[in-house]
Amino acid sequence: MSDANNKPAPIEVRFRGGGFAPKPHRWMGLAVFVFLITIMEIGTRSGWISALTLPKPSDVLATFGELWESGLLFKHLVPSLSRLAVGAAIGASIGIVVGVLIGLFSYARAGLVPLVAAIFPIPKIALLPLFVIWFGIDETSKYALIAFGTFTPTVVATYGAVDNVDRSLIRMGQSFGLSWFSIVRKIVLPGAMPGILSGLRISLAIAIILLVAAEMLGAEYGIGAYILEAGSLYDLERLFAGVVILSLLGVILSTIIGFLERRLLGWRA
Amino acid sequence: MDIRLDAVSHSYGETEVLRDISLDIPDNKIVCLVGPSGCGKSTLLRLIGGLERATKGRVLQLGSPPEGCLNPLTYVFQDFALLPWRSVQGNISLVLEDHGIRGARADAIITDVLARTKLSDFSKALPRQLSGGMKQRVAIARALAVKPAVMLLDEPLSALDSQTRELLMDDLVTLWARQPFTATYVTHNLQEAVRLGHRIVVLSRRPGQIREIVEVGMPLSEREHRDPELEKIQRHLWDLMRDEARAADEELLDV
Repeated sequence: MSDANNKPAPIEVRFRGGGFAPKPHRWMGLAVFVFLITIMEIGTRSGWISALTLPKPSDVLATFGELWESGLLFKHLVPSLSRLAVGAAIGASIGIVVGVLIGLFSYARAGLVPLVAAIFPIPKIALLPLFVIWFGIDETSKYALIAFGTFTPTVVATYGAVDNVDRSLIRMGQSFGLSWFSIVRKIVLPGAMPGILSGLRISLAIAIILLVAAEMLGAEYGIGAYILEAGSLYDLERLFAGVVILSLLGVILSTIIGFLERRLLGWRA
Repeated sequence: MDIRLDAVSHSYGETEVLRDISLDIPDNKIVCLVGPSGCGKSTLLRLIGGLERATKGRVLQLGSPPEGCLNPLTYVFQDFALLPWRSVQGNISLVLEDHGIRGARADAIITDVLARTKLSDFSKALPRQLSGGMKQRVAIARALAVKPAVMLLDEPLSALDSQTRELLMDDLVTLWARQPFTATYVTHNLQEAVRLGHRIVVLSRRPGQIREIVEVGMPLSEREHRDPELEKIQRHLWDLMRDEARAADEELLDV
């Protein structure tokens, strides 16, 4: 046993690194969608998923086609998109301004951080009746609701991003005698941009949620109104068609932000 | 332009970091500040450049900065402090824009400083594409662009590997030989100090006080790697610092 010539056979060192590094797999996301929709289609056709539980995906597609042909799609989509655009633009831009102020000035931080913490958890939908009293039943109250909902997450993301700007870069700016305004514009804002954009992803998703909520209360046209009407009639095909539109809207917005990130943040790579 | 430190002391709250430092930084000479870690040498540099206010004592500028000087006291930082979203050229133009220098005038300055730091081919590159040594050369080019009266170098070579450090030391010597500049050079590396310093100031550990000031007479351009005379000075510096460095190493940090 202890014979020196009788060494154990060489064993290859076991590989134990690897993993923990996400790689892009473009087709995988699509495959999951296709798989789920195929299951739904087969299930509803063969009858083991009852028609009351889920609509046939092919019927949803047909409903979508009708919406397109009748021109109703745009009748619903255009007001929704304009509400989303106006509300989210107001909320996000005020949010970015307030977030930068909190990031830069201690008084603004001391005064506004508790306020933001207090309004963040309020379900903004609960305030819709209040907004109707303040701004009337028409578009303004819907803009206000969406703006208010996008404002808080944008503020939190923005001042966090400003806090995370490398202090040594700011000190460098001061040491070269750059003006305060130059330091903010050329060092703080570009440095905070990654954080602001990733905050915007969340804010815009919240804006879509609030858009539907606002349209469910008093709107003739709009995706939310369309879904509410379909829901009250138990018209599952139309309900699902509406939901699909919302999902697509979310995917498109997220793609746009991804594009912006690649354009503005190419220096990170 | 000379800099004079007049009985400068500094404390962070209860902790005294510098005590009664009086020092002259003469025109067109490189003064090296060495000392064990935590002796306040970087703090002293921040006081000289006005990034911090001394608790006691004064930092004085003697004489006026030379013609065309945009930023008399200019730093070169250990971590380079380059804006990652600006190209090499953009990082240099950053410090010119605020002085209203744009367009052709800025281009002329940028071309000149990039040529002096051997970076002419990389003006469009982003910092992440550059090696550590090149990043520090960009930072040096940026400092040269504002024609400083005094360069304040805060451990400029400490983040680099030893080969790159050797090359950059040669570059600094060449730059100084071509056009002498005034500099205060903070380092913990004694080899750098004897290679680049006309005057080496040894600080004690916290609270930092001046232990000794060593003058090195040999001209910069004649200083060779492993020169026996320089080795002797380096050994003397190490003798001064060894016990302090050990004690400083065993000190608990309470910040």
